[in-house]
Amino acid sequence: MSKVPADLKYTKSHEWIKGGSDGSLTIGITDHAQEALGDIVFVEVPQKGRKLAAGEACAVVESVKAASDIYSPVAGEVLEGNAGLSDAPEKINADPYGTWIMRIKPANPADLKALLDAKAYEQVLKDEA
Amino acid sequence: MGKRTALYDTHVAAGARLVDFSGWDMPVNYGSQIEEHHAVRRDAGMFDVSHMTVMDLDGAQTREFLRKLLANDVIKLREPGKALYSCMLNEQAGIIDDLIVYYLRDDWFRMVVNAATHDKDLAWIGKQASPFGVKISERDLAMIAVQGPNAREKAVRVLPADARAPALALKPFTALKYGGFFIARTGYTGEDGFEIMLPPAQAAELWQALVREGVAPCGLGARDTLRLEAAMNLYGQDMDENTTPLESGLGWTIAWEPAGRDFIGRKALEAQRQAGAKRRFVGLLLDDKGVMRAHQKVMADGAGEGEITSGTFSPTLERSIALARIPAAGGDAVQVDIRGRLCKAQVVKPPFVRNGKILIK
Repeated sequence: MSKVPADLKYTKSHEWIKGGSDGSLTIGITDHAQEALGDIVFVEVPQKGRKLAAGEACAVVESVKAASDIYSPVAGEVLEGNAGLSDAPEKINADPYGTWIMRIKPANPADLKALLDAKAYEQVLKDEA
Repeated sequence: MGKRTALYDTHVAAGARLVDFSGWDMPVNYGSQIEEHHAVRRDAGMFDVSHMTVMDLDGAQTREFLRKLLANDVIKLREPGKALYSCMLNEQAGIIDDLIVYYLRDDWFRMVVNAATHDKDLAWIGKQASPFGVKISERDLAMIAVQGPNAREKAVRVLPADARAPALALKPFTALKYGGFFIARTGYTGEDGFEIMLPPAQAAELWQALVREGVAPCGLGARDTLRLEAAMNLYGQDMDENTTPLESGLGWTIAWEPAGRDFIGRKALEAQRQAGAKRRFVGLLLDDKGVMRAHQKVMADGAGEGEITSGTFSPTLERSIALARIPAAGGDAVQVDIRGRLCKAQVVKPPFVRNGKILIK
C-alpha cells in the first residue's frame, strides 16, 4: 500500500504538488511512482526561467528499469530545479515526499485547486491496480 | 497467473515485487535492486533460477550425439562432473540457445537450458537425438544460485555435513551429486559461487537456511545488471536464431578442432569465418549521464549503424554500460541515440567487471 499524504495535491501522472505561502509550487513524484520505477539513477531537472504549459514534459526521472517523463501540473515558469539530485538521485526512492524535483511559479494560482486531492489520487491508484 | 516455482510463497512472504518472466511469476527485486547487486559483488546473494530447464541425456551414444549437437566439444570433459558452456546452432549457424552441459557418466550427461526456449529446445534436441538412440528426460528440480566472494563458504554451511568438504573442493565449472543435491561451481554473475539443484520440496528450507547464514535474496533486476557487467550474454536479447556465435562475442565457445567433427551449423559457420563477419559484438561505456537500452541505435563513425542488444546502469561502475552489435569497420568512438539525443560512448572490450574488480579503464 503506497503512502498518500493528505495535505498534498496530485496528478494522474503521479506527481505531488505542495503550494507555498509565496504562491510557488513544489513538485515531486509519489510513493507509487518511485516504487514502480525502482532504483533511480539519474534526474534531469528543468532550467530556471523556462516557461511551461500545463501537461508539458519538463523533467526526467531515470531508473535502472526505465526513463520516465515528469509533467508540469499547471502552466507557469520554472523557479528552480533540485540540483542536489545530481549526487543522490536515490533520495527520491528513500523519501519521495521529502525530496522535491522542481519549483514553479504558476501562471494562474487558482489552477492549484483543480488538481486532485489525496482521496481522488487514492482512487486513481485503485483504478490502475 | 503464471507458473510458480517451489519458492513462490517464500518470495511473497519476503515482500518481493513479482513480474512475468517467460510465463513464470518471478521476483524482480525484494527492495533495492542496486543493494542486491552490491551484495553479490561484495558478499553473497542468491537467486531462484528454478524456472530454467534441466534435462538428462541417457544412452551409449550420448557423447557422440552431443559432439554433433553442440558447437563446443564435450570431448573436453574428461572427468565426471566437468561442465562447459556452449551454443546450440541450427544449420545456418544461427543460435537456437546457449547452455551448460555436464558430463556425469559415459552414458549420462545433464544440460541446463533457458526457460524462454523450453519448448523449442526440447523439440529440437528430441528430434536430433533420435538417430542416436539417446533418451531425453526433463528433471523436476528447483535451482538456487548462490553467488559472491563469500557465497561458497556460506552455502556449504547449509549442506549435509558429509557434502561440505567435497563441495568446497569443487573446481570451477565442475559439479557433484550428493543424495538429491546437484552442486555446480557455475554462475551468471561474474563472481564465484554455486548453482544448487535439489528436489522442489526441499527448496524453501534451503533458501531460509541460506538467509540465516547472511545470504541476501536477489531478484531478476540484480541478475541482469550483474550478468551485463560480467558481459554474459542473454539469449533472445544479445543473440537469437538470426545471429551466429561469431557475431555475438561467442567465437571462444566454438571448438573448431578436430576439423573432422561435423557439428550442426559447422559449414555455415566456416563460411562466415572465411568471409569475415560483417558485424562485431562489443562493449560500450557511456561517457555521459543517461542509460543505454536494448534496441537503441549506435552510430559507428562513418561505418554505418548498429544496435544496442543489452544496456543498463552499472552499479559497480556507476555509469551506463551496454553490449552492442555494430559494423565490423569503424573506430572506438561511437554515438548512441538515447531518446532522440546523440550521446557519446566508447567501444571497450568486455567484460566490464569480474570477481569484484573493474576491468575497464
